[in-house]
Parts: sequence; structure tokens; C-alpha cells
Amino acid sequence: MSGASTQAMLQMQLRLRRGDFVLDVNDTLPHTGIIAVFGPSGAGKTSLLRCLAGLEPAVEGSLSLNDTTWQDQTRKLFVPPHQRGIGMVFQEARLFDHLTVRDNLEYGLRRAPTAQRRLTLEEVTTALHLEPLLKHAPQQLSGGEAQRVALGRTLLASPQLLLLDEPLSALDRTLKDAILPFLAQLPGRLGLPIIYVSHTLDEVIRLADHLLLLEDGRISSHGPLADMFQRLDLSLAQRDDAGAVLEAEVNAHDDHYHLTTLGFAGQQLTVSRLAYAIGTRLRLQIKARDVSLTLQPPADTTILNILPCTISALASARSPAQTLIKLETAGQVLLARVTRKSCEQLDLKPGMKVYAQIKSVVLVA
Amino acid sequence: MDTTSLWSPVLLTLQLATYTTVILLLIATPLAWWLARSTGRTKPAVEAVVALPLVLPPTVLGFYLLIALGPHGLIGAPWLAVTGDTLSFSFTGLVIGSVLYSMPFVVQPLQTAFAATGEQLLEAAALLRASPWDRFVSIVLPSAKRGFIVAATLGFAHTVGEFGVILMIGGNIPGKTQVLSIAIYDRVETLQYGEAHAMAAGLLLFSFAALLLVYGLNRRARAGTVQ
Repeated sequence: MSGASTQAMLQMQLRLRRGDFVLDVNDTLPHTGIIAVFGPSGAGKTSLLRCLAGLEPAVEGSLSLNDTTWQDQTRKLFVPPHQRGIGMVFQEARLFDHLTVRDNLEYGLRRAPTAQRRLTLEEVTTALHLEPLLKHAPQQLSGGEAQRVALGRTLLASPQLLLLDEPLSALDRTLKDAILPFLAQLPGRLGLPIIYVSHTLDEVIRLADHLLLLEDGRISSHGPLADMFQRLDLSLAQRDDAGAVLEAEVNAHDDHYHLTTLGFAGQQLTVSRLAYAIGTRLRLQIKARDVSLTLQPPADTTILNILPCTISALASARSPAQTLIKLETAGQVLLARVTRKSCEQLDLKPGMKVYAQIKSVVLVA
Repeated sequence: MDTTSLWSPVLLTLQLATYTTVILLLIATPLAWWLARSTGRTKPAVEAVVALPLVLPPTVLGFYLLIALGPHGLIGAPWLAVTGDTLSFSFTGLVIGSVLYSMPFVVQPLQTAFAATGEQLLEAAALLRASPWDRFVSIVLPSAKRGFIVAATLGFAHTVGEFGVILMIGGNIPGKTQVLSIAIYDRVETLQYGEAHAMAAGLLLFSFAALLLVYGLNRRARAGTVQ
């Protein structure tokens, strides 16, 4: 490695056949931040993680991270999982029943080379709210508790790449809200990149820097999160909860009407009063179904957020009744989903100036 | 009642069962591990061979052992050449016979225990940087603790209760091959019912205690308590 400025890369060319299912991925991913792997069940998300971790000896091809090669079929090289320094949290907690919670947490910690240890037992137990559980046996834990122990145990093994296979599915909303921020700051703080499998789009939008779409064992597309949500050609745009993701900053609070103004790319959005300090950066999603269009600036409307936009593209939606429209406003992209009937009546075309009326804004982080 | 003639078979029996159990645990652990993990074609054949003593009359096993251990036998001849001793009608011969005869009682509980330690836990341990040997020692062995206790108890108790094979290959030599079960047979033949009673009652109590331990452990395993 020449220096910190070098973009780390995860190169994979993997092929795994299991019965009728074939996983065939061939791509280079940025090895920074959080990469979310998203796709329908049966798309091969778990298989992909297992191949990266070295748990599928039948996988063919090559896999390397910068100058560390984990697999290279041409050289008959296959580094076994315990020597890869990759951590994985499975869908099931997989705790060791003959050990206490504390011993489970220390299992990986003891085996991690001292120079590579980056977290202490205290830090992890505090962040994951595990103190009261340390003396318990795994059988005494609830599903959510066990999953938190599994996450803590993996972090303490100090991996150089963390694979998470829907690790929060057993957790309730409150705990998820407590643990997601902890996960989100790991890449930046520890230089620990994360590959995160999820089928919950909210979680993906909240956490991911980079999004990889897996369909039928193949990578259909991948790219920076915001870019992916702007594209009309991906299956993502066809979802009911599709919509542009953007970063905004808290500009001002209006205590009289109990509102908060958010700024992005020179534009402003007004939302219900938020508890964040002025200057806080937030990630928002504007769902396509919540955006309607008018040709004239609307007067006498109850909708607060109206942005002048230019239509940049149109695409048919999966439902024949609807059309997807890509809009640009001050360099920021928005998506709108309107009926095909309205689209034809207004004769909407790329290049036209319209006004986007935004009915609601979803705050994701 | 002559107490020395009573205690000699008891000590010999305990000695035989102890040697047999220790040797069996050493042989059965890798064998049971392989049987628990293997999916190969040879697995059913090996399982069948291990289980043979469960269904064969002890006289059949004893007959083949007698031939194999004899001075011209497959095992007996090389043994004689190396040590200058014969195996048949010796204590060492009894240990070899007991190891084969009690094998299924040790292998099967271990195999069940090893199979219960799922692949999932071993994968988790591997990704926590544990090498294959480390995983065996830190995950498989402790998880199979109950299996080891059951295997050792059954192997020991079954060896103590062995009769037919020993009679075939060891005969009835007091102080050398006359274990408890044979001694009882011997006392009954010579109408020494007092001694026969004492030994039979002792064996009955011991066997009950051993089985109570095994079933007690099984009940706790089902109830799901730890340690």
C-alpha cells in the first residue's frame, strides 16, 4: 500500500454452483464505508457473504483485497476462513452454549493478534448494552440479546472486513435505532469496512455508502447509494418505496409553527420540527409516490414544499397506470411517480420546466 | 467366606474396565468424529462393523478372537514374536477383546454428541480466528462433555458386565482372567451361593448406579440446563 489516499478495493471473481442456483459475481468494489447488498430472497446474498468468508470451499475464481489474496484458483490458493481476518455475523446468533456471554465475547478477542485489536471489551459491551448479560448463559438470552452478543463477539475479533447478514432482523425498533448509529461510525472510526446484507430498504438507506443490487446470483448494478436511487433503469425505481435519497442540513427552526427548515443544494424543505441542532447533516428520502407535478407554480395549496424542476427523463413504471419521472433541481435529482394519464394530458417531456409538490419527506438518519 | 477370593475378581474387573475405557476413549474419539462428519460411502460400512458386537452372540466374537489371538493367529503370532507371550488366556487378551466388544457403547454416544455440535458453530468459531484443532478443543470437546461422560460410563459398565467373550478367550484363571461375571458363574457351579450372592448383588447395584447416571444426564440434557 502506497498510502492512505489509495482507494482500497475488493476484487472478486467468484462462481459457485449449488443445484440449480449459480452465484456468478465478477466486480471490483470500493473497500471503504458500508456496502449494502440488497436483493430479493434467493438472490444469493448469503451465499456471496459465505464465499467472501471462505465458508464455501467449492467456490471457483479469485478474491483479493488490495494486496491480500484470499483465493486464486490459478495458483490453487484458498486461504481458510480462520486465517482471512474476516468477521461475519450470521442471521442466527450461533453463540457457544457451553460458554457464558463474557467468554463468548472474549473468544475472538483472545485469538486476535494484539497489534490488530482495536476495541476493548468495555467499549463493545457499553455500545451494545451488554453489561447486564455478561454472566448469563446464551440459553437465557432473547433473540435480540443473542444477536447483539454475536455482533460484539465478531467486532472483538478485530476483523479487517466485517460481513453482516441481516444482523438486526431479530431486534426491535428501539434497539435498532440504538445500534445502527454505532454500526454506521465503525468504518470511519476503526477503518473497518462493512458489507451489509439487508432486505429492509430503510436500513440500507440509513447505513449504506455504496449499494450493490444482487439478482438471481448476479450483480445487476452497484454504485454510490444516492446515485443508485436516482436511476430509472434499476428494479429499485420500480419499488413502491422508491425515491431519491439526499443529504440536507438543518438550517432553521420555526417554534411558532413548530417547523424545521432543511437546506440542500441551495433549495429549502420545510418539515415538522426536528430535535436536531442547526447545522446537523441528515439523510432524507423523498419517495417518488409523494411527489406530484404542476406546470404552473401552484397558488393556494396546503403543500409547503414546492420546488421548481426540470424533467430530465421519463420511464414506464411496472404498473401500466404509472410513469416514473426524473427531475433535476439545482443539480439535485428527485424522482416522481405520476399516472400515465396525467403525464399524457400535461404532455410531459424531457427538458420541460415543472413544479414538484412534495407531500412528505422521510428522515432516515 | 474367604474375602481374598472375593476381592481378587473385583479388582481384576475394575482394572480391566479401566484399561478398556481409557483405550476406547482414545480410539473412539477420532473414530466418532469421523463418523459424525463423514458423508462418504465407507461410513455405513464402518458404522455397521462398530455396531456388530451389539447383535452378534458373544460366542461368535469370542470364537474369532480366540483364533486371532492364538499363537498362530493374526494378532497372536506377531505378538508372540515380539513379546514372547501368548495373548489367549492372558489379561492383555482380555483387554483387546473388551475393547472390541464395548466399542459401540463408546462410539455411539460420542458420535451423537459430535453430530449435535453443528457445522454452524464451527463456522462461527472459524470466523473468530480459531484453527481446526483449536475449534475441536475449544468447541467440540466441551460441547460433547455429556457425551463423553455417557460414553465412559457405558463403556466401563458394559466391560464390567461382559461374560461370553471373556469365557471364550480368557477362560477362568483366578487372579489372571477370572473377572466378576466369570467368578459368579464359577461359584454357582461349585455351589458357593454365599459368594455368588455377594458378587451378584454388588454388580447389580453398580450397574443400576451407572445407568442412573446416564439417564439422569439425558434427562438434564432434555431439560436444557447447562453444566
